[in-house]
Amino acid sequence: MLTAIIVVPLAGAALVLALGRTAALARAIALSVVLVELALTGALFAAYDPAGGYSFIERADWIPALGVQYLLGVDGLSVPMVLLNGILGVAAVLSSWTVKERVREFFLWLLVLQAAVMGVFVSMDLILFFVFWELELLPMFLLISMWGTGRREYSAMKFLVFTFLGSAFMFAAILVLYFSLPDGERTFDMMALAGNGLAGAIAPAALVFGGFLIAFAVKLPIFPLHTWLPDAHTDAPTAVSVMLAGVLLKMGGYGLLRINAGLFPGELVSAAPLLAVLAVVNVLYGAVVVMRQTDLKRMVAYSSVSHMGFVVLGLASVGATTGQLSGVGLNGAALQLFTHGIITGLLFVVVGLIYERAHTRHIPDMGGMAKQMPVIAVAFLLAGFGALGLPGTAGFPAEIMVFLGGFTAYAWAAALSAFGIVLAAGYMLWAAQRTMFGPRIERWDGLRDATAVDMGAIGVLLVPMLVIGVYPRLLTDVFDAGLAPILRGFGG
Amino acid sequence: MVAEGAVWGIIALPLAAGALAAAALLPALRPLARASGYVAILGVGGAFALSLLVLDAALGADGAIGFPVRSWLTVGDPTSAGGFEMTVGLLLDPLSAVMVALVSGVSMLVMLFSLGYMRKAVDGEGGAWADYPRYFAYMSWFTAAMLGLVLALNLIQLFVFWELVGLFSYLLIGFWYHRPAAAAAAKKAFIITRIGDFGFMLALLYLYLHRAEFLALGENPFEIPAILAAAPLLPVSVAMWVSLGILAGAMGKSAQFPLNTWLPDAMEGPTPVSSLIHAATMVAAGVFLVARMFPLFAESTVALNAVAIVGGTTAVLAAAMGVVANDIKRVLAFSTVSQLGYMFLALGVGAWPVAIFHLLTHAFFKCLLFLSAGSVHHSVHTFDMRYMGGLRAWMPVTYVLTLIGALSLMGIAPLAGFWSKDEVLAAAWSADGAGSVVVSRLVFVLGMAAVFMTAFYVSRLVLMTFHGEFRGGIDAVPDEERIPDEAHLVGHVHRAESPLVMTLPMAVLAVLAIIAGVALNALTPLGPLPVHGLTHFLGGATRAFDPVIAGASTLLALTGIGLALGMHRRGSLALTDLPQPWSVVHRFLARRLYMDHLYETLIVRRVLYRGLFLATDWADRRLVDGTVDVVGWVGRNGGRAVAQLQTGQVQVYGVAVFMGVIVMLVLFMFQR
Repeated sequence: MLTAIIVVPLAGAALVLALGRTAALARAIALSVVLVELALTGALFAAYDPAGGYSFIERADWIPALGVQYLLGVDGLSVPMVLLNGILGVAAVLSSWTVKERVREFFLWLLVLQAAVMGVFVSMDLILFFVFWELELLPMFLLISMWGTGRREYSAMKFLVFTFLGSAFMFAAILVLYFSLPDGERTFDMMALAGNGLAGAIAPAALVFGGFLIAFAVKLPIFPLHTWLPDAHTDAPTAVSVMLAGVLLKMGGYGLLRINAGLFPGELVSAAPLLAVLAVVNVLYGAVVVMRQTDLKRMVAYSSVSHMGFVVLGLASVGATTGQLSGVGLNGAALQLFTHGIITGLLFVVVGLIYERAHTRHIPDMGGMAKQMPVIAVAFLLAGFGALGLPGTAGFPAEIMVFLGGFTAYAWAAALSAFGIVLAAGYMLWAAQRTMFGPRIERWDGLRDATAVDMGAIGVLLVPMLVIGVYPRLLTDVFDAGLAPILRGFGG
Repeated sequence: MVAEGAVWGIIALPLAAGALAAAALLPALRPLARASGYVAILGVGGAFALSLLVLDAALGADGAIGFPVRSWLTVGDPTSAGGFEMTVGLLLDPLSAVMVALVSGVSMLVMLFSLGYMRKAVDGEGGAWADYPRYFAYMSWFTAAMLGLVLALNLIQLFVFWELVGLFSYLLIGFWYHRPAAAAAAKKAFIITRIGDFGFMLALLYLYLHRAEFLALGENPFEIPAILAAAPLLPVSVAMWVSLGILAGAMGKSAQFPLNTWLPDAMEGPTPVSSLIHAATMVAAGVFLVARMFPLFAESTVALNAVAIVGGTTAVLAAAMGVVANDIKRVLAFSTVSQLGYMFLALGVGAWPVAIFHLLTHAFFKCLLFLSAGSVHHSVHTFDMRYMGGLRAWMPVTYVLTLIGALSLMGIAPLAGFWSKDEVLAAAWSADGAGSVVVSRLVFVLGMAAVFMTAFYVSRLVLMTFHGEFRGGIDAVPDEERIPDEAHLVGHVHRAESPLVMTLPMAVLAVLAIIAGVALNALTPLGPLPVHGLTHFLGGATRAFDPVIAGASTLLALTGIGLALGMHRRGSLALTDLPQPWSVVHRFLARRLYMDHLYETLIVRRVLYRGLFLATDWADRRLVDGTVDVVGWVGRNGGRAVAQLQTGQVQVYGVAVFMGVIVMLVLFMFQR
């Protein structure tokens, strides 16, 4: 099952290369592939039994001399992330419908990207995890540098260098971890390491924890390692922005939960005060910088920085020292990964639609577009309300859970972060006012409203946003099961 | 007894009706746009019928009626401190039973009025009923959310609906989104109420922090009955902080000082919206919330005093600002803020059933007055009273109905407003609540002062609108005073009474504005009417009628009316040529105490946007990104190299991979 989930997009990529002679054909193949992939991930989600722990395990020796295995498996933490990637894949392909240059290569790399991210979420071997982590860089780099806009080569290279430096720390951390384990216990098996608690007991645990932390902090991103993100987002094509915000950042959050929290609970508790500070900085700093942005994409990119601060706050909530540790914060962080993926994915889809029509992302040039593009305006407003955490959208349960958990550990940090929802209301509604409302501007009279394909891209994200908002239990029960073993590491 | 499904139906019917109304936005169903109004009224009417059933059941029951509590979201083991559970359920007690009847009933009347008022599409595109589907969908959904708020069992559940009514308020204030003023007002309303909601959310977090105390009692820390039952057992500091947080939320929603600035701007929405949302229901949600949580507030003198002071201050300041406003809707908006201040005042002095009594009577007469403003606009197409006058000549029905609402608002016996306002003042004077006596007496004085100002500005409104010479309506408004694209919004003056579909709901409200005081809370046995029926039903203590206070407040009101009449004779009601000290006061009030200037120009624009935000953005570009200048240099040169390579970028990537591996190995060796 899990191998199939990785192989289907890869095979699809090959298929696109082999058969996608015309743009229409390439699009059709890519869409079929991501739909099959969505069905597969949906089936995995449906088939997964939260009570079952690690499931769908596939194990084969890869480099026996080093104990490296081809080891796949999922638990309650990874299953929703896999589903998220499945959903985002469909949105990404649909929002690339109008790509005109080298269509075949574009979809090829997009599918490879999806496969690599799938690999990250289902790998249970650290080396395999690292390989998929690195594999994702190649399609990203090519997609931004070849199909992007503006300073695309600069942004692609910046993305590459930042992630590479982070990866270096991760690779070093993996190796140090492996060789620091007692003889006979050396393994890259994340399930075994999570179960036996040996990782946290090694002498250089703090060093290894720090290595992973830096790698994931670059990806999430955490201040001050975030500056690659606005550039990458701004210059990337729509589909890549969708994938970047939707799942690539989530790899960082997933890593923090899976490895930093799962393998090194003691180190995480020590680092929790620092993380709480960084969370507040991320939330408020990100939100404040958003306010000055005049590029719609940059605006959404910085709002991502702000919203990823909530993930960090949820993570820091395990630092509660009063014997009042609650799992709600960690659950909120995990849910935030999923919901932010959906909501910000949707925002980027909509921003992409606006850019594609108006050929500008410069906010002061816009206004009154609700007249010409009512459907796009509604989608933008709904996504904006999701981003500002309105109840009824998926953003609300995630954020309130993070705040509840964070408040029990660091009340000041949670209170300051919670002010982020006021700032979010400020920048999202201000953006809506400046782009969609106001008098009709004649310059935009010719703009076409969303097509059926566009509505597909919007709908595939909007529906989960509202469904999770109304009934978050669909996800939280799964996350809860996946995070329970991790919480036991903190005595929860 | 009442079935659970019937109570949920109160929320579900308007929700479903709204969805049906919105369906008429689909291109294929456009011809059915007109029907969306009827669908919405049917949905809300159904909710009203169910509400009456529910009210009847509540009248027959002793206290709250229990319904199953459902789990909405759980983390871990909810019975331990490590877990979390959010439950949902219905809290049907006298308070919520009264509120659902009020909300659904008023909503139904306002929607009926809207059938006439919203008929002409604002921008003239798409035919006469083009605005119907969106309007009636929003109104139905607003009603559903408001009813959900009132019936919520769990405080987080209440918060969910609390935010949703804010959403629909935003959408309806900005209904004419192509008007910049409307778009700005909608945003302002949402953000300022959200500042209050930030406090509300902190209260929720604080409750969870103290979950152990609730879990020890076997209770969920967010269920309202559990909080109220546990209130006497909680440390006073907990009761205080949670109460103050909730108060912040209530102040935002109910536009209490200093979060009052959004409500006058909210008048940019269609007038029936102002009537339903920004007079009768949503803005009263803050009062409802404090009343709902009253036993918790009662544990903290600080919290109660804060409520009373906020209310008293707001009552006076808003009334003063109402005196100088020239826009009929703005006058009514300031009046609403002021009257909500009365309700907070009543809550703060411990008389929460009295606050609800005033909430009900105010809903009737203020809703009526806003509909009057709408009816007037229907004829003269402006809200500026300086261009009205003499309208009673051709709007006799509107005139009489307005007069009834005005007298009720001024608190003239025996109209509804007299009884409820009098009880508020009597409660403040008696100072027998848990707040401090000094504060109670102080806010009593503020309340009395507001009585005088209220009588003056309401008389001024009636006289400037309906009496004297007609000053030309929209046709006389100079171009520079018009909203730039108002030409779309307005037609020309037509001297005619509004149609029956508009005056009929007003007449119903007028009857209520007359009788509600006596009918709900009679002082002496009157036929079948129970004495102090509402107060008893809500479960509060009753107070004897105080003829001295009633007499004094009536005298103040009559003085205010007299002053207005005198100025009307001299033709100085427009307050344009005031003598020296008064003109300064006038400017201060007309500029709304410079609060908008402080918030928007000084804080947001100068300090934040051109200060903090600019500096942070600069720092992000120059400092944070600058420290990775080396990386940037590599990036730029790498990019140039890429551009020069004709064989493609894969090789660069290969080089980069190679370099990366070397970096990793070096690091690894270093750490070994």
